Amino acid sequence: MDNVIRRRTPAARLWRVALYAVLVVAALFYLLPLVVMVITSVKPLDEISAGSLLSLPMNPTLAPWTKAWGEACTGMRCEGVGGYFINSIAIVVPAVLISTLIGALNGYALTKWRFKGSELLFALMLFGCFIPFQVVLLPMAQTLGWLGISSSRAGLILVHVVFGIAFTTLFFRNFYVAIPTELVSAAKLDGAGFFRIFWRILLPVSAPIIVVSVIWQFTQIWNDFLFGVAFSAHDTQPVTVALNNLVNTSTGVREYNVDMAAAMIAALPTLLVYVLAGKYFVRGLTAGSVKG
Amino acid sequence: MSALEIRKVRKDFGSERVLKEVSLAIDSGEFLILVGPSGCGKSTLMNAIAGLEPVTSGEIHIAGEDVTWRTPAERDIAMVFQSYALYPSMTVRGNISFGLEMRKMPKAEREAAVERVADLLQMSHLLDRKPSQLSGGQRQRVAMGRALAREPKVYLFDEPLSNLDAKLRVDMRTEIKKLHQRLGTTIVYVTHDQIEAMTLADRIAVMRDGHILQLGTPDEVYNDPVDMFVAGFMGSPSMNFIAATLEGAPGRFQLRIVTPEEDDLVLPWPRQRETPAMTEQVGRDVVLGLRPEHFSEEDERLAGQAEGTPLSARVSVSEPTGADILLRLPLGEREVTARVGPTCRVAPGERLALRVDMARAVLFEQANETRLA
Repeated sequence: MDNVIRRRTPAARLWRVALYAVLVVAALFYLLPLVVMVITSVKPLDEISAGSLLSLPMNPTLAPWTKAWGEACTGMRCEGVGGYFINSIAIVVPAVLISTLIGALNGYALTKWRFKGSELLFALMLFGCFIPFQVVLLPMAQTLGWLGISSSRAGLILVHVVFGIAFTTLFFRNFYVAIPTELVSAAKLDGAGFFRIFWRILLPVSAPIIVVSVIWQFTQIWNDFLFGVAFSAHDTQPVTVALNNLVNTSTGVREYNVDMAAAMIAALPTLLVYVLAGKYFVRGLTAGSVKG
Repeated sequence: MSALEIRKVRKDFGSERVLKEVSLAIDSGEFLILVGPSGCGKSTLMNAIAGLEPVTSGEIHIAGEDVTWRTPAERDIAMVFQSYALYPSMTVRGNISFGLEMRKMPKAEREAAVERVADLLQMSHLLDRKPSQLSGGQRQRVAMGRALAREPKVYLFDEPLSNLDAKLRVDMRTEIKKLHQRLGTTIVYVTHDQIEAMTLADRIAVMRDGHILQLGTPDEVYNDPVDMFVAGFMGSPSMNFIAATLEGAPGRFQLRIVTPEEDDLVLPWPRQRETPAMTEQVGRDVVLGLRPEHFSEEDERLAGQAEGTPLSARVSVSEPTGADILLRLPLGEREVTARVGPTCRVAPGERLALRVDMARAVLFEQANETRLA
């Protein structure tokens, strides 16, 4: 039911079949690792050592998942990745919200309340998108120490907010620059101030870019390993670090099913965010505010 | 006391001076139109009045108070924008009452104000819609309603009709005029459309390059322009400028128009329109300004008693508009436009006898384009 008129010759149809065949194969190829992970995570250990990678489980079991969540050993402790999963949520949620909010305010100020040097400031902030994480590890550790929040969740939140602002500012600045400044002028004449205009006029039309910013930040921060491993203590580690520890902890038989289940646990939230928020991605909410 | 007074306002953008000492005063209830080509500074002046742009120097007074350094919110003005600038996330009701809410008007009063404005503009049925569900004309109406609800001291209109199609523009123009007559509001209105300026204004300020060239009633600006720019800008089709030489002496001045391949055309200048300055210009090149309606076709029934100076010319193009016919005909070295009655039957290439109403003609110096008589 697509809206295109196509050639209807046999050759053209054949090409389309071939095209779709290639696309389907490519899609399956990309899906394969996920399939292997899911299958392996619900197989008992003996089926893994006996069967092939792609064979379906004979006796599906959720035992590897419960073990990965609550009992598997990560280094010296054997409490599973569950606690670290909670850690990740406790770090990611505030970090995403704070960095998105600051990015929105920055973008708003940089486009609607221009000041001398605002373009230069934006260019410098953009530079922050290109700084490799490794470069700041030592100075950041020092700073966190001075602030007295090293190895804490608060420290990790701060690091992620600082690094995220460059991106979120970029997103919101480019979104707000397309929103007519006359909207802000009208609100000023109506008597609204800086924050009121932001809250009542701009934020309600920012849903598409908020979704973009949240998805981006959530994925970045959830998947972060380097900062997680560098700036956390044992009880504040994010799930990515715990997963690494779990897989690297060798006590006797290697439990691939538990490893896979733990990896799935660590990957699910980002998947979920895409599935839930993806449909809000692009929406012309400002359509109609100006001539249409 | 003036409702709005602008004293020697200047505005620089970097090294560029966009407004060069603009001064004007508007009485309460007056409808002032700022008109000029794009880049003349009219929108900058509007933004300065609104407080959206700080001025470089000068003062702005509203109702006797110096508001030069007050924020837009503190000035008690409302503005209708070219793009309407309706808040996209709010309903029409929300759009209209937002400014009242910001001014801490109680809810019941706000609702009464919304109803009043909706009645006034006949848009009660639109109150619960979002701007995206409205047509261009309806958005324009809501934008006006938002301004009216506040009942400010001064209304600013920034090219409010230029996004509408031609027919709707004429309707809304009439509606704005009616509203002004009914409510007696003080309005500053920016447009580049000289017809809007002529039809709406109590007074027109014609601007160019950051100056006000002429400030006067539509009649003054149209019939008594200070220079060739104002004369050419106001009126459509625009005034014809004809190169001529001034001859004679006080009491018998005449204009000689050199026409290629024909005898020179000599037009006597009416005595009652003489000015002392003309004496110095005798023998020099001047520019005769004639509006299309200053021409009329020779009517045989009135032969001998018709007013105006007779002349004849070969018509090159005839453009009927329905209400009248615009003729292009060579006069001097260039073609001029003449407006004649719709019954004038003349084919291109034919000669037509015309009369020129020299009593309404204007004369400019050629060198500096200023008015001579």
